[in-house]
Amino acid sequence: MTEVTPIGQLLGVWIAAGLTLLIFSFIYKDNPAFKFAEALFLGVSLGYTAVNTYWNSIAPQVIRPLTPGVNFDAWVLLPVFLGLCIILRVIPSLSWLSRMAFAVYIAGYAGMAIPNEISGRLLPQVGSTMAPFTAATWYITPVILLGVFCTMMYFFFSLEHKGAVGRISRIGVVFVMISFGASFGYTVMARVSLLIGRMQFLFFDWLGLPN
Amino acid sequence: MMFLRKQLPIILAFVIGLGLWLQAYIPHRTSSAGLTTFTQSWAVILAGCALLLGILSAVHHHWTKIKLRRQGFAYSIITLGAFVVTLVAGLSWWNWPGFGAAKMADGSLFTWIFDNVFTPLAATMFSLLAFFIASAAFRAFRARSFEATALLIAGCIVMLGRVPIGELIPLGGGHDLSDVAGWIMNVPNAAAQRAILVGVILSQVAISIRIIFGIERTYMGGSD
Repeated sequence: MTEVTPIGQLLGVWIAAGLTLLIFSFIYKDNPAFKFAEALFLGVSLGYTAVNTYWNSIAPQVIRPLTPGVNFDAWVLLPVFLGLCIILRVIPSLSWLSRMAFAVYIAGYAGMAIPNEISGRLLPQVGSTMAPFTAATWYITPVILLGVFCTMMYFFFSLEHKGAVGRISRIGVVFVMISFGASFGYTVMARVSLLIGRMQFLFFDWLGLPN
Repeated sequence: MMFLRKQLPIILAFVIGLGLWLQAYIPHRTSSAGLTTFTQSWAVILAGCALLLGILSAVHHHWTKIKLRRQGFAYSIITLGAFVVTLVAGLSWWNWPGFGAAKMADGSLFTWIFDNVFTPLAATMFSLLAFFIASAAFRAFRARSFEATALLIAGCIVMLGRVPIGELIPLGGGHDLSDVAGWIMNVPNAAAQRAILVGVILSQVAISIRIIFGIERTYMGGSD
């Protein structure tokens, strides 16, 4: 495996530490240092996406099949033409051409979604919800069945939420709130985990404090 | 001209959509070859071109900002500069001085930029949200009603139960707070998420049928 020179590695750690501090300066207030890091992030992200798209999509799917040789495939010209139609959106008078490409792309995925979503996700989810109650899962299966039914009732707006429907949908709200609370807590944990990671980088990798 | 602009996209959507829908019920190699061609070639090329369009649009936006000397144009120079450097680093097939590889390989300038600029910036940007999410939590987690209390308790249990201290809070019967956090994630949370997912899937199927039969045409845009 090829490696970067030690100077390159050291420079990399210092640049990464500097950029980390520039971003953290936003905790005090919005400032030019943060905006610099933000602009840099945007530029590098755009470059990364462009390079990634080229090497993982354009090169293997367009350049290789259109290069004369054993892999030559003229049929690729059809999606290439549609792809060019997408890029032609930048010319206002020709932007309507992109409709062809979007029609193919969106309808293609729509067509695949109908059987795949039903057999691959909907039916297994419904099947798991209606799993038989056993002594080992008495505190799981009935609660899931109740939760799914009540939550779906809460999102069912064809009936007025009054009387029995209102009471059922109120139980559904509790499930939704528990879910939102759990998701929120989980998101907080993920962000704090990232923060700890950045602090570890600053203290141990950059400053070289004993771990 | 009107046929090309309005009717042809709808006809294309109908033919391609119906074809890829019906191929699921035809167990033949031609049928699966059609699906493979679409997902592994056509869709990849179209998604790649759509990404390039987005990049072109962003570059055009920043270029215009620089050209017209709009407020904050200096940051646009940094954005475009970083874009060009990353692009050249990733597309060049020669080894840059001090780097033992080219293109996207390990040890290349592109990988160095990714590891030392992109990754720290992305991780710090998202970690910064920890501070703001904490203040948002303070506002959101107020027990004003029964529902808000449920949200507060679930959030606190998950936060405490998913860190090592959660395993040190015993609840009797050999269980601790991390078990309760696990139960909340796997049972009531899963139930609510499943109900939402079922709704999403049904909506997805409905909208797919609408797209294929030309009822839903928002992807065509508003203008001619």
